[in-house]
Order: sequence, then structure tokens, then C-alpha cells
Amino acid sequence: MDIKVLGTGCAKCKTLEEVTRKAVEEKGIDATIEKVEDIMQIMTFGVMTTPALVIDGKVAVKGRVPSVDEIKKLL
Amino acid sequence: MEQKKKLKLIASIIVVLPALVALYTYLQPLIDYFTYQLLPLKPETHLGEAINFFFYDTIKIMILLFLISSLMGVVNAYFPVERLRVYLTTKKMYGLQYFFASFFGAVTPFCSCSSIPLFIGFVQGGIPLGVTFAYLITSPLVNEVAVAMFLGLFGWKATLIYAGSGILLGMIGGYILGKFKLDRYLSDWVKQIQQNAQIEADQWEGEKTPFIDRLPAIIADGWGIVRKVLLYVIIGIAIGAAMHGYVPEDFFTEYLSEDKWYAIPLAVILAVPMYANAAGIVPVIQVFVAKGVPLGTAIAFMMAVVGLSLPEATLLKKVMQWKLIGIFFGTITIFIILLGYLFNWII
Repeated sequence: MDIKVLGTGCAKCKTLEEVTRKAVEEKGIDATIEKVEDIMQIMTFGVMTTPALVIDGKVAVKGRVPSVDEIKKLL
Repeated sequence: MEQKKKLKLIASIIVVLPALVALYTYLQPLIDYFTYQLLPLKPETHLGEAINFFFYDTIKIMILLFLISSLMGVVNAYFPVERLRVYLTTKKMYGLQYFFASFFGAVTPFCSCSSIPLFIGFVQGGIPLGVTFAYLITSPLVNEVAVAMFLGLFGWKATLIYAGSGILLGMIGGYILGKFKLDRYLSDWVKQIQQNAQIEADQWEGEKTPFIDRLPAIIADGWGIVRKVLLYVIIGIAIGAAMHGYVPEDFFTEYLSEDKWYAIPLAVILAVPMYANAAGIVPVIQVFVAKGVPLGTAIAFMMAVVGLSLPEATLLKKVMQWKLIGIFFGTITIFIILLGYLFNWII
């Protein structure tokens, strides 16, 4: 599974990355988590509010930090 | 979410919400009892007055901040920015688009790091630069912290004036900046995006997670905002309380009163590079006003502090050339000064 965390480096974006790592770990699935901080790259996903979570190329969450449980469900 | 957790959540909201409202309503007598009965303080002394003021304001602001942040969180969770973008580009609005952009800048509490993606997103969708500016001006100016602080310390009338003039400022500023044809001062890569601008088919799919499942996170966020600014609120109110009790009435009026024409420009220019968040600055301003500084001067100062700052300028550097940032800041500064005069004249 390919997971991307989009965010320009604010506090919320860092929280989202942590939460995502925790969710993946707890679920025990094999996934690569990548943090995308470059604004030009972020824009290619058509996201206007950060932080955002992209799972296998699809935007799953944007503009907020979900809970660990919620991410587990989304995965 | 499981059924049990859901019920627990709803039950706690039913208990906590009225409790907060009741506490807010009966706060003054409660604090009076606390300071003058439980503590050995007298109401007519400076110390008694200052301590009463400190506890009353801190608790009141915390309640307001928590409720407003949570409410804004709900709005934010469901606000379809993507649809707004399509709406702004496809409909003919005869100038109303400035109002919409500015208004939505006020009601959507995006974290400041979202302002650049939003800016690009608007440019990408082919929204004129002026309308984008309208959004960009109002968004930091009217936010949940500023509104909660104003509501708590100045009452709803001043809050409406503040929010209303913030929206007005965004509209006028955006319109004027739009007239200048400033597109050539955007960063090169943004210009490229602008040339390829197109309204993408509405790919917005909406959130799949139901509201009730998102509510705990929204409330936690609201509480997070309170925790983040609490220290500033306490410091601000402590300074305010100290000044309230000890600084003589005519101290400020002597320097910042209405008949001193330079008071507003001075206050605004001092405020632009400052970046105290609203939480720390409003309690101090409130005392200024209580001591006779005109409300217009105070609002102008406040707007310059929250709306324009050096950190914001460096953030904007990613999408604009320095010249455009200069024009942007300059125009807004002038308008804030004019608004200040206007208020002092009207009120």
C-alpha cells in the first residue's frame, strides 16, 4: 500500500504523519509512508486544504487530522 | 463508531454544553463570591478588583473560545472549498464574488499553513487575483480566536463591527488590488499554473466518515486551540488586570485620544510587524479602550497585529515576488488606517 501525507510542514501535518504511522503499525500492514512537503507536488493532487492523506493515489482525508481508528478504517 | 461510544458521546455533550452555558451566565456572581468571600479581598481595593477581573475574564474567554472553536471546527469539516471555487468561476456575480470570497475567508478557520495551498488552488481554478486576495485578506483577520476574545471582552456589538469591517476590508482590498493587474508579480511557477488554469470537473467526492465519528476529533481540536492559546490569554489578561486596577484613567487618553491625528497611523504601523496572537493582544486593548482610547484606534491596531505579520510575508514569498507582497501589505495597511478613522468618526 502506498500512503502519502501532504503538508507544508505545520504542526497539524506532523501530527497527521504520526497518527498515520501508528495506524499502519497497529494494523500490521505493509505500507510505505511518504511525507510530501513540496507545495508544487501537493497541488498535483488537487488538494486545497492541508494536511491531507493520500492512499494509493486517492485523497482520503484533507484539511484535518483524523483519529488513529478512523485511519485504520480507511486503510 | 460502536453504539456504546456514540451514546456516551451524545450524553456527555448533553451534560457539558448546558453546564458551560450556565457557568457562563452565572460567572460574575460566582467569581464575586470566590474573590470577596472565600479570599480575604475587598471589592473596593485595587488588588481585589484586579484579581476579580483576572479570574472572571480568563474563565469567560476559555468557555467562549472552546465553544466557538468547536463550532468553527464543524463548519470547517463540512465547508466545500472545492465547490466554492467552481461557484466563483462559473457564475456571473457582478462584483458579489468579492463579498463571497471575503465572507468565506471569515467563516472558514483554516490553519495558516493552508493559506498557500488555498491561494494556489484559487489561481489554478482561474479565479481572478483580486477575488483571491479578498479571501486571503479576511481569512487571518477574522478567526475564531479573535472573535471569541472580542465577544468576551467587548460584547457582541463590537464583535459584529470587527467581523463586519474585516469582511469589508477584504472586499475593498481585493477589489482595488484586482484593478492593479498584478498578475505579473506572481512567482514564475504560479504564473504557469495560472496560464493552464481550468476548472476541473467537480471531482469532489465528499467525506465518507459520518459526522458523529468525526465529532470527537473536532471537539478535541477545539480544546486543542484553547490549550494552545491559554498561556497567552492568561498573560494578556494578567497585564490587562494589572493595568485595569493601577493605571490612572487619563494615562492613555493623553497620548492616544481622538484629537491626536497621528494616533491611528502610529498604532497601525507599530502593529504590522508584530505577531502577537489575538489571544494575548485583545485583553490589553480592552483596557486601552476602558481608559479612553477610541474603539476605532483599538480595532485598527488589532487588525494590523493579526492580519499582517512578518511570518505571513515569508510564507507568501513562495507564491509572490517581493514587490507584490509590498503592494499587498501597503494597500491593506492604508485601508486599516482609513477604517480606524472612519470608526472614530462614526462612533
